[in-house]
Amino acid sequence: MTVDGTIEFIAALLMLSGAVMALLSAIGIMRFPDVYTRSHAGTKSSTLAVLLTLLGAFIHFASDQGFYSVRLLLGIVFVFLTAPVAGHVIIRAAYRANVKMSDTTIEDELKGVLQQVKQDAEADRTETGEIMSEDKKEELKHQEE
Amino acid sequence: MIEIMLTLALTLYGIAIAISVIRTIIGPSLPDRIVALDMIGVMLVSCIAIISVSYGTKAFLEVILILAILAFISTIAFSKYIERGTIIDSRRDD
Repeated sequence: MTVDGTIEFIAALLMLSGAVMALLSAIGIMRFPDVYTRSHAGTKSSTLAVLLTLLGAFIHFASDQGFYSVRLLLGIVFVFLTAPVAGHVIIRAAYRANVKMSDTTIEDELKGVLQQVKQDAEADRTETGEIMSEDKKEELKHQEE
Repeated sequence: MIEIMLTLALTLYGIAIAISVIRTIIGPSLPDRIVALDMIGVMLVSCIAIISVSYGTKAFLEVILILAILAFISTIAFSKYIERGTIIDSRRDD
């Protein structure tokens, strides 16, 4: 096997291992019990799959046509930056929307903290929903007394 | 040899996307569906990369960037919708 053939074989192997990672993450998204665990499979391992596949394509184009594609590198960087952010945001929205956890969940440390934050925010607002200034709060306190 | 490996990789990606579509359909809650949709978008990116390698053309590489950006933006928009019920906030006091 020539040097070029070996490099192209390595590139194809990278793409194939990326596909295997994608299949594993799809199995994970099918088998995990609730949305919080599914997001692990949906964001982490599929990001690795994209990294491996795009790296394989980059190596293939570099050795085959002598073309160093900036777009592929930019795609890798972009997916690596945005996939964890998207996973975090969607899971935060799911938690705020009270999506049920699986029955095997042992502990939910965020529960008390979130209720406290909600109470504090409600204490800061008037009945019409506007934020009160500190002076107004003092006034209200005096009136109650 | 390399052709076979590329075809096999595309097949595996196809199976993975099909499984994600199943999760999108049966997913019990809306965030489940959106996680699966996000995963489909990310997998399509790598499918396009493999297709452009097997065709030996550089013409599809722009599609990768556009698809990645669209998948990210749509996930953010959906999660804003789940959290607040609106996509573009007009309230300024938070």
